[in-house]
Amino acid sequence: MTTTTAVTQTSAAVTLAEVSKVFGRGSSAVRALDRVSLDVPPGEFTCLIGASGCGKSTLLSLVAGLERPTAGTVSAGGRRVALMFQEPALFPWLTAAANIELALRARGAGRSERRQRAAELLELVHLGGFGGKRPHELSGGMRQRVALARALAQDADVLLMDEPFGALDAMTRDVLHEELDRVCAGRRLTVLFVTHNVREAVRLGDRVVVLSSRPGRVIAEFPVPIDRPRRIDSAPVAELAAEVTDRLREEMTRHGG
Amino acid sequence: MAADAPTPAATTGHVFPGGSASEAALAGLDALDLREQRTGGLPARIWASLWPKVLAIALVLAIWELIHLSGYKKSIFPAPGPTLANLWDQLHTGLLWHAIGTTLQRAVIGFALAILIGGVVGALVSRIRPLRAAVGSLITGLQTLPSIAWFPFAIILFGNNTTAILFVIVLGAAPSIANGLITGVDYTPPLLLKAGTMMGLRRLSLYRFLILPASLPAFVAGLKQGWAFAWRSLMAGELLVIIANQPSLGVLLNTNQDQSDLVSATAIIIVILIIGICVDAAFGAADRTIRRRWGLTASA
Repeated sequence: MTTTTAVTQTSAAVTLAEVSKVFGRGSSAVRALDRVSLDVPPGEFTCLIGASGCGKSTLLSLVAGLERPTAGTVSAGGRRVALMFQEPALFPWLTAAANIELALRARGAGRSERRQRAAELLELVHLGGFGGKRPHELSGGMRQRVALARALAQDADVLLMDEPFGALDAMTRDVLHEELDRVCAGRRLTVLFVTHNVREAVRLGDRVVVLSSRPGRVIAEFPVPIDRPRRIDSAPVAELAAEVTDRLREEMTRHGG
Repeated sequence: MAADAPTPAATTGHVFPGGSASEAALAGLDALDLREQRTGGLPARIWASLWPKVLAIALVLAIWELIHLSGYKKSIFPAPGPTLANLWDQLHTGLLWHAIGTTLQRAVIGFALAILIGGVVGALVSRIRPLRAAVGSLITGLQTLPSIAWFPFAIILFGNNTTAILFVIVLGAAPSIANGLITGVDYTPPLLLKAGTMMGLRRLSLYRFLILPASLPAFVAGLKQGWAFAWRSLMAGELLVIIANQPSLGVLLNTNQDQSDLVSATAIIIVILIIGICVDAAFGAADRTIRRRWGLTASA
């Protein structure tokens, strides 16, 4: 038993051990995360789901190193970590290609390598002809694809995604799910994907982790044994999504009472 | 004709060889999502931006003529016709051009110094926290201080010369420029800062690739305001600091005042006004270019 734990811990790409995060001090202090433990094996696509106030985004910020935990340890084992937000967060003064090239430049790529890699990444997200466009000239879905290409340009092993498709319409989102599947299939990416959309979580994840609200705590885990390619409107996805939703409802009722 | 109807692939200029259903759907969505860029021809755009200005000038001239016709201070009030004729004559003398040259040279040197000093101070203050606490409100205070108040100080310190004028121009313009940069740095969107940090941009590279470009619109706004202050300070300076044998627009105005030549004075005022409008238009164009490139215009 103990040996198994030890093995999973060392082999995990991302490890959270007894992580708590408190914002503020004294009476106004808010406990966003409470003793969260989570191991994400390399190459796994893990979806984090929970109602608002469950500290999903905080958890990603901790893994990204943008914030420090109040207690416990967070480790990505020295792996490169990239983060995608709900907003594309592209630099408006740069073209799509230049946005990607800047990420390459930040990790020390030379000029010709930057050109070439940026073009390849744009092709990968099917935006080959749009490198010269500025972000405002692209649609929301296209901007998110540029943001994905930029995240991939960082050559990360771990990709953190904070509701990246939350602001998109359902049709665009479905297509981007397929895109993300395709991109992940080609690399050994470890993905931690935060969403409040249960079907999206089941559609994408190898595993769905349910967090409680205020404070955020891991309350359930659902493996997703559904073959790929998946469809968000298929029966197995809907079935498992219903199960996860029930568990979430239970949690919400606890707060309502 | 009907056969020429473009397919979605043709509109985007993209072909997806052996594309899957997902790729085809994606291409279709992209084609639907992209806005049509509506830009008229160059003559149309020039005309669109020109006619309101022409109308405004015509209105001003009409009102001016009406005041003249009303007989207000008839003996000395300049009429538009003679004034414009006077301006035309003055434009054919070397003196006016010499004066414009001197004044613009001071403006350019003074403003360049103000950009240099304001930029350095702004960069330091926005970056170093204790300096911000100490100097931040002082800069805003200097900005509200009418720079003409500095002239007695400057004249006593430097004497009746160009240095005194330049000193006041810098004091008038630099605070606005520094404040513009500080505002720009402060308002760099936190999300972009996060994105930049995640990309691995640190300290100097974060400044160079993210914070400085992100501050550009506020910096240009600061420059524009700084120019207005510089131009005012310069005019005040040229009226107060009379340097022998150096004709400038201020000196010409002074001479006109001494000779009670209201027509010539009005002609010089028009010249000053036109220079101010031209420079302002240049800043406006820079501002619009940035807004268009960033997608901040209302129509985009």
